[in-house]
This record gives sequence, structure tokens and C-alpha cells, in this order.
Amino acid sequence: MTMRFLRCGREAVLVEVDDLDEALALYAALRAAALPGVTDLVPAARTVLVRIDPAVTDPPAVRAAVGGLRVDRGHPPDLGTVTVPVRYDGPDLADVAAHTGLSEAEVVARHTGAEWTVAFAGFAPGFGYLIGGDPRLEVPRRDTPRTRIPAGSVGLAGRFSGVYPHDSPGGWQLIGNTGLRMWDLSRPEPALLTPGVRVRFQVVDR
Amino acid sequence: MTVTVLRTGPMTVLKDRGRPGHAALGVAPSGAADRTAFARANRLVGNPPGAAALECTLGGLRVRFDRPATVALTGTDAALIVDGRRCAPDRAVEVGAGAEVTVGTPRRGLRSYLAVRGGFDVPPVLGSRSTDHLGGVGPPRPAVGDVLPIGAASAPEPDPTTAAGPAPAEAPAAGPAPAEAPAAGPAPAEAPGAAVVLEVDLGPRDDWFTAEAVAAFLGGEFTVTPAGNAVGLRLAGPVLTRARPEELPSEGVVRGAVQVPPDGRPIIFQADHPVTGGYPVIAVLTPPAADLAAQIRPGGKVRFAEAPDRPGRSDRSRTGDG
Repeated sequence: MTMRFLRCGREAVLVEVDDLDEALALYAALRAAALPGVTDLVPAARTVLVRIDPAVTDPPAVRAAVGGLRVDRGHPPDLGTVTVPVRYDGPDLADVAAHTGLSEAEVVARHTGAEWTVAFAGFAPGFGYLIGGDPRLEVPRRDTPRTRIPAGSVGLAGRFSGVYPHDSPGGWQLIGNTGLRMWDLSRPEPALLTPGVRVRFQVVDR
Repeated sequence: MTVTVLRTGPMTVLKDRGRPGHAALGVAPSGAADRTAFARANRLVGNPPGAAALECTLGGLRVRFDRPATVALTGTDAALIVDGRRCAPDRAVEVGAGAEVTVGTPRRGLRSYLAVRGGFDVPPVLGSRSTDHLGGVGPPRPAVGDVLPIGAASAPEPDPTTAAGPAPAEAPAAGPAPAEAPAAGPAPAEAPGAAVVLEVDLGPRDDWFTAEAVAAFLGGEFTVTPAGNAVGLRLAGPVLTRARPEELPSEGVVRGAVQVPPDGRPIIFQADHPVTGGYPVIAVLTPPAADLAAQIRPGGKVRFAEAPDRPGRSDRSRTGDG
């Protein structure tokens, strides 16, 4: 794995790799290594941002430590599977069917037929970007984002799927809704979908 | 001990050093926008560095203390008004039981920090008492009538070289005290009208911009537009043209990152920035520069300059050896 170290100010180092699989493998290795002075890790599509406490370490030291890590990209750790029950009656289901050339039932079948993986979190607390779905489900964002999307809405955008954890604005194509709470601060782990967790969607009637 | 909120001003929130370590949940660090001023406020009242304080944008906050307390106001030139008596900022002030404390309107700077000895002891959320505007995580914004608990004072005493001395309880109605009246305080920024120079390290994505754009970024003058908030400062000025037209896959961003959307107008991420951003970051402010940026008002002018000291200069290498 080739890592490229990009300068990112005095309190972080941005490590770029070739693809998402490498980014997730590097993220897993960094978590396991628990390097001194590293305060947070932000995995993303092709990068891992390593935040540091400048009172403890500095970017060159972190760069050296990360470069020396042994990254095993063959075996992503098993972080469990979350089953998300979905009522597939989203306002954009027909548009997604039209865009993909599939019937609405086929869209649902392909969305539920794949095992998705949380690639990374972002946008809002508890929002996980899911990958690994059927390539036929790749759709653009809506031209005009909605100003309010209800919590639990299940959407598609690009090659990602995701579940809105809160009422929020957003531009994804909405195909359904789940009653599962994606974000709950009263739980020990407030977010259901964290990087590396696998996700199955399941059809429910209500 | 408690304080009761009597008035909030335009925007008052609780802040501390933030909640690092939760990016995997999609939760940003948040924390005080001007960390230097926040830390000074706590130091003045003898708190540990991370005690929660009120971050008060453009003054206007008024609270009542139920018991005697030690308070300090930092960050701007706003006066601390105790029962009608104006006290200079940047020093510890003793207030009596029942005292009403108002944060004046700053002439310079934007965000004042009101610390109280013992700290504001609301329940932490994910390890922090900071309100994250963008993520909606943390204590709710204080509202009129709210009663905020104050924690027990910890071991260190207020710094004797900066504390204002014995309580002025004997003279609460004495009107402006000449020695303390000037609201000038230490200047939080350059003279009015002059551009604030913000030091940056280029990267991580300066190579996504044309050489002319990087030169314009480092050589031009920008104006802070009114559209900014605790998430980001939006700038008008030279338009920064990309050398690479493709979409950047979203990646983690930091406080002080200068992100450039397709319209070429930079945004400086402030404390409540998102976890990830989808536009290239041309440069990152040094931590002191990010503190300065948190005090610039709409209409203020900024310039960027490469920071002279460059730890990790070899980070600029694009062909790493990992």
C-alpha cells in the first residue's frame, strides 16, 4: 500500500491511499495501533485524516509512525451486521426506477439483496456512507436538495446509500423509511452505523 | 451555586475544549472558537483549562449569580458590567451574591468568553459541554430563565498577578470605577479597517489550484461576508481557480481549513466545522490564526501569509514512501 502524506496544518496529517478498501484497512490499523498523541481518526473515501494533540506529538512524528505501520488489507475486521427494516415508499422511488431503468420492485430487491458496508461517517452525527451495493442503483443527487428530510429516510446518491439520522436538509434520492433510530445519545454507542459495520436492508410493510 | 440567565444576546452557547475522538460517529470536535481567549478566561479564574465557559457573540448576555463568584471576561474589548459597574475585561472580578453580570457590546472582536470559577457544570454530552451548532450535539443553547449549575472550585487559586483583588462588594452602586472603566482591554485584532493577517500552511490540496490561484490566495485581500457563522467564515475577494476540474472525494477537514467550493470563494472552517468536506482545502490556518479568525466581524478584511515556521515541511512530498 502506498501512502501519500499531505500536509494539513499543525494539528493533523492527511494520509491518502489508492481506494476505499485501503483507506478502511489503514483506518483499522491506526485504530489498533493507538499511536500516542493521536486524538481522532476520520476515514473517508480515499483518505484517513489523523488528528493530533500538538502538545504530545507533531506531524513529522506521526507521519513516520503511520508510515511504519503494518497494514493488513486482506481481512477487514468483523464489526457486526445491522439489519435495517425499511418501508419502501420513499418519494423518489419512482424517479430512481426511471433513472436506472429498473422497476420499483427491482430497485427494492437490489437494495435489500446486497450486503452494504459503512465506509465512513459524516454529514451529521450518526450518518454513515454505505458502499458495496448493486452498481445499477447508482443515481445522481436531486437537482434541488430538500429543505427538510424526516429522520429515518433511506436514500441513494452516487454509489452510496444512507439513512438520515435526524430531520435535516438533504439532496439524496429517498426510496424508503426506517423506524430504527440511527442516533440515540442514551445508548452507550449512540451511532448504529460506524465505519466497517455491515448493513442489510429488509422490507417491512409498516 | 447557580447562575440564572436573564438575557442571552444574539448568540450565547457553552463551550469547552470540544469532543475529539468521535469522528467515526460523524461527530466533529467543536469546542471554543477562540481557544486562546477561552483558555485565558479559565486561567484568570483559576479553573482547569477545559472548564466550560459561555461563548457570547456580540455581547448582550446577562446573568444573575445566587452566591459570590469569581468571573472573568476575555476575547473582545467588551466590558463586564457588574450591577451597573463597568469592569475591564481580561481580569478576574469578584461578584457578590445576587449580582447581575452583563457582557457589554464589544467594539472590537466578536466572541467574548465568560468564565466562572468552578466552571459551568451542565451534563457533558459525549465527554464535552460544547454546543456544536452544525451537528446538533451538546447542551442546548442557554435561554432566558435557564438556571446553570456552577461546579465546585478546584485546587488552583486565581492567579494573584491578574486577579482584581478583594470583592468590590462594598461599592456596587458607586458608578463607573475610573481605574477599571476603559473598555479597551488588549486589542484582539488589528486597527479597524486594516486587514488581519492570517498565517497558513499550504495544503493538503494546494496542488488542485493553479499557480495563479495560489498566488492570489497568498497575495490578495479578502472580505468576510455576512453569510458566515460558527461553521465557517465565507470570504469575498480574488476568485481561486482550480487546476483540476474533477470532484474531490469527501475527506476529513480540520478547524482553520480554507476550503474552496466550485465558485472559487474560500470558506474558513471554524470550530463547529463538519467532519468531512467535499471541496479541496488550499491551506490550513495555524491554531493562533484560527483563533484570530474567530474574532473577525462581517466586513472585516483578511490576508493570508505562509507561516514562517514549517514543522513537517516534508509533508509536502506527494510521493510518500509508506
